[in-house]
Amino acid sequence: MIGQLIMTGIVAGSIYALVALAMSLTYKSSEVANFAQGEMAMFSTYVAFVMLATYQLPFWVAFGGSLLFAFLLGLFLHLAIIRRAKDPNVLNLLIITLGFQVFLYGLAGWKWGSEQRVLKIPVSQTETVEFAGLIISQLNLATILVAILLMISVYILLRFTKLGLAIKATQQNETAAKINGIPTRRIVAITFGISSVIGAVAGILMAPITTLDPNMMIEPLLKGFAAAVLGGFNSLAGVVCGAFILGIVESLFGFYISTEFKSIVAFLIIVIVLYFKPSGLFGTHYTRKV
Amino acid sequence: MDKRTSYFEDITLLKDRPVKGWSLLGLLLFGLIPFVLAEYQVFIANLVLVNIIIILGLNVLVGNTGQISLGHGGFVAIGAYMTVILDEGWLPFLPSLILAGFVAAIFGFILGIPSLRLEGPYLAVATLGFGLAVTIVIGRLSFFGGHMGIMPPQLEVWGMKLTTNSHLYYLTLGIALVLGVFARLLIKSRIGRAFSAIRDSDIAAASLGVNVVRYKTMSFAFSAFYAGIGGGIWAYVLGFISPGNFTPVLSILLLSMVVVGGLGTITGSVLGATVITLLNLQGEKIQEVPLIGPFFEWVSVHYMSISGLPNINFVFMGLTVILIILFEPLGLFGIWMRIKIYFKTWPF
Repeated sequence: MIGQLIMTGIVAGSIYALVALAMSLTYKSSEVANFAQGEMAMFSTYVAFVMLATYQLPFWVAFGGSLLFAFLLGLFLHLAIIRRAKDPNVLNLLIITLGFQVFLYGLAGWKWGSEQRVLKIPVSQTETVEFAGLIISQLNLATILVAILLMISVYILLRFTKLGLAIKATQQNETAAKINGIPTRRIVAITFGISSVIGAVAGILMAPITTLDPNMMIEPLLKGFAAAVLGGFNSLAGVVCGAFILGIVESLFGFYISTEFKSIVAFLIIVIVLYFKPSGLFGTHYTRKV
Repeated sequence: MDKRTSYFEDITLLKDRPVKGWSLLGLLLFGLIPFVLAEYQVFIANLVLVNIIIILGLNVLVGNTGQISLGHGGFVAIGAYMTVILDEGWLPFLPSLILAGFVAAIFGFILGIPSLRLEGPYLAVATLGFGLAVTIVIGRLSFFGGHMGIMPPQLEVWGMKLTTNSHLYYLTLGIALVLGVFARLLIKSRIGRAFSAIRDSDIAAASLGVNVVRYKTMSFAFSAFYAGIGGGIWAYVLGFISPGNFTPVLSILLLSMVVVGGLGTITGSVLGATVITLLNLQGEKIQEVPLIGPFFEWVSVHYMSISGLPNINFVFMGLTVILIILFEPLGLFGIWMRIKIYFKTWPF
């Protein structure tokens, strides 16, 4: 039983991990905690839905198209909005992303109404696979695999490519990176695009589990954000660990203690952890310069 | 602008005779609203006043102390439920309201404790979690009426039954006035200056002898008190409350009122709360607006969906917040100041 519960937790955790990874990437490059991440993912999922249902395109074309759209949306957020802010401070940037979130939420609600739709994907939710004594549906297995694959690609991107090196340099010290000839503003914009793509994958994985409606990413966003904070915003590996811990704890809590209060356990953990470790479980402690 | 010669000039409530005159005139206009407007519009005026009360408090926290709260909906909920429950069986209305405010303030104090070690996005997520937790707990406990919500009893103040929206309007106006004056006096006092010092740099403030622990928690408690009072009145204005009223969307809406109005000013709080509340209410019924209503209806039919048209409200809200931050970071207060300076120095 406990194995099965942990499995459920890992499935939820992989969605949280993707959202958390996306938020952490942009946070590291621009100090913006992007609250619009969830709605951007939701919007991109709707784009996939339109391509599938209205234009009858094959799944992989719709998937690719949606990711491309997500990338452009991320670029747009940075180039057209965040970069234009005069004299931005943390509060202003945070509220800009909240405004963008509300804007996208309204736009999606206006275009597609609040009715729930079904996103058809080529893996089945009812057929199960047995794996080391655990029963798991194909969809959940695919969710875990896709999430892990994506995490590995992000790792490879950051570790072994020139772009990744530029991203890391920008994250560590923007001025120094600029002096060394890295076009930091372009790099930050690309980071927004990449994280938007990661969010969109989370959205597409999420849509068949719940249903496709404008509210679908609100809870995953909060949980993903919470997981990112739990793991320590500035360590990517920590963020992913935080997400899996959160997913598993939530699943166990839901079964053994109370399903009703399952959603608040996340925030209780976070408040307690942050109280004792203000930079999260795995975050490197940073001291503020005065 | 004006030269001030003594400290007391800086902290007096009404600076000189013109200000006194305009204030009196403004008050008179506010007092006349129920005579001029229809019953439904007075109801909207009540909603505006409630939001002004909440924003007065939230602005002290966000604008003056520089802390972020995405959980203010939680305090509003605590205030609303406490007032209604106390008023139902235990106490008269006004003591219930004040007690509910203090209960909210205690929760504010508790939420203020983690804020001592958190900042930016970390604080945002902690407060967001708090707001969400309050809504979920209230929704799951039958003592609070669960998801079905509860109805406040007949409103009675000092033996008078307040039955219409106009009655409630005067009560709310009185409370808003008292709280507004109090907020203004607080900002101008030693405490208010401590808040500003913490906003600008808490380390510098601490090194100058400001007790950061005390003032940060105090700021949270203060704004929670206002939110609690506002929530208590809100319950009576709406005539019915359920957990659905206090979602994170409410907290975001409240924060956007602060930003749109202008951080750290009383005028800004009033302007922001008024404009966003009206925009929000009108946005839900955009079809009824002359000229632009039919246009949006046409766009909806041809490109969007007509059933989702009320959601356009959120589109406007998001755009307003983004545009204000991009082009007028001081908010409506900044625009107001520019107009004022323009006329003061006219024709130059």
